[in-house]
Amino acid sequence: MGGYSRFESKRGSMIRIEGLSKRFGQTVAVENLWLEIAPGELFGFLGPNGAGKTTTIRLLTGLISPSSGRAWVAGHPLGEDDTELRRQVGILTEAPGLYDTLSAERNLAFFAELYGVADIAGQVERYLRLLGLWNRRSEPTATFSRGMRQKLAIARALLHEPRVLFLDEPTTGLDPEAAHLVRDFVEGLKGEGRTIFICTHNLDEADRLCDRVGVFNTRLLALDAPAALRRQVFGRTVVFHLAQLEPAYRETVAAFPFVKSVETVDSKLVVTLDDPESENPALITALVEAGARLQFVGELRRSLEDVYLHLLNQADPGGSRPGEPGS
Amino acid sequence: MRRAWTIVRKEWAEIFKNRFVLFTVAFLPMLLTAIPLAILYVTGSQSDLGGLIADDLPRNFSQICEELDGAACAQYFLVSQFLLLFMLMPLAIPITIASYSIIGEKTRRTLEPVLATPITTVELLAGKAAAAVIPAVLVTWIAFGVFLLGSALLAVEPAVLSRLTDPLWLTAVLVVGPLLALAAVSVAVMVSSRSSDPRVAEQLSMLVILPLLALFFGQISGLILLNQKLILWMALVLSVIDAGLLAFSVQLFERETILTRWK
Repeated sequence: MGGYSRFESKRGSMIRIEGLSKRFGQTVAVENLWLEIAPGELFGFLGPNGAGKTTTIRLLTGLISPSSGRAWVAGHPLGEDDTELRRQVGILTEAPGLYDTLSAERNLAFFAELYGVADIAGQVERYLRLLGLWNRRSEPTATFSRGMRQKLAIARALLHEPRVLFLDEPTTGLDPEAAHLVRDFVEGLKGEGRTIFICTHNLDEADRLCDRVGVFNTRLLALDAPAALRRQVFGRTVVFHLAQLEPAYRETVAAFPFVKSVETVDSKLVVTLDDPESENPALITALVEAGARLQFVGELRRSLEDVYLHLLNQADPGGSRPGEPGS
Repeated sequence: MRRAWTIVRKEWAEIFKNRFVLFTVAFLPMLLTAIPLAILYVTGSQSDLGGLIADDLPRNFSQICEELDGAACAQYFLVSQFLLLFMLMPLAIPITIASYSIIGEKTRRTLEPVLATPITTVELLAGKAAAAVIPAVLVTWIAFGVFLLGSALLAVEPAVLSRLTDPLWLTAVLVVGPLLALAAVSVAVMVSSRSSDPRVAEQLSMLVILPLLALFFGQISGLILLNQKLILWMALVLSVIDAGLLAFSVQLFERETILTRWK
């Protein structure tokens, strides 16, 4: 505890994970995870089904014990006082897990009591209103749509005003309107300064919401802000649209030392650069001097999905681990 | 233990919305109260019992009857065999509720959000057990009260009623019954937290009834004579067993296994 406090004041982390691993028999669910998440950060944990994302959330909420490694969440070390740790965190589980025969209000009141909320009625009303469920508060949750159930489960995770919120696939299975509403709500929570750890395989959602993302498949494959991750994996790609492509143009461009790669697609030159803003003018000048008729220059936007798929395909079990000291 | 009470109230809110569960809670007490009352009615209305004298009765009758005369003795002997059922009631009624308590939450996927709260295992299991025991004990006591009221009307003489309310039966129904209920529920909760199928849990939990059935048939056959001393010993032993079972059920409750292995 004291160690974490020193760490928190020095490094400003709300979640700190040091070499966390979890094995179930011979199966490795989480391998040597190193990660730090700052207060108020919205962190996206991306990975395919079975990657160990839910296991990681269960580890960090004190629901299960690690096989090895250490972690601190909101200043509480895992495995020392998990009851107190659970007071500080909120969790949206993979399934909403509501009591179908009970009303929305009764469901929330039950959890508010378990969390020891002082003003139960006030908090229940606040979150039912915030999530647009106040008018349906007396109805059994069995009558709720999937989106409403998910919203109610999010309200449940927030009743005790946790410092850290874990959201496991918050928009999976929701229609676009409900997913949009949930996303907006999560964005609003970020504005309140909460630390949010969100597991998702909705990459567009992660790209829009998250300050940083970690691509995870049993172990952490990459970790950075979405834009930085795109650059880290693919660099920045500039497309030169030409009226006519001559083989010499490719050689003209490839001759520049800062050009990382050049491809030709139809009448286009696809060039990977580190800093297009400063490097493009030289390329444009060279191409024009070589006789090229430039029609258009634009940047190819790689999606986070491209990055994600690239990383998963390239995953090397013996590779370095981002976040691990020395990597 | 404030959170245990929260669990109790939530369980009741769910249970009492289920008519089938309500029926199972109410039906057994009604049936088991009606049987001894019917015996009192039949034996009280048979005029030939009035002429019985102590020498006409089998030896085990007079062992139980003590100072009661022939007809009152016969009536008391027959009814007392069924008074054991008032100990069976709090044991049988809550098993359905208790054996479903953990598995039910798991299959409906409501258990993980509960375990993610600051609730301790002791609070959770105590709440689950109390939610099953309290209604069963209350229903049993009400049924016993109804039985005593009926006995006041149907007994051949007041001495029968005073024997039915002597410390032996009051201890049996008011003390041993709840202790038996707690034992049964602890076993059911324990099985529920280790089994992944509600049907298996209920079937295994029902085995708890066997020792009491042995007592029931032992008394009918005359092998066991239920008396104040035996009842007090039962209460003492059951108190120890209950404490052990509760502690054991907490030990057996593995959050990690329940969350990660059950499908």
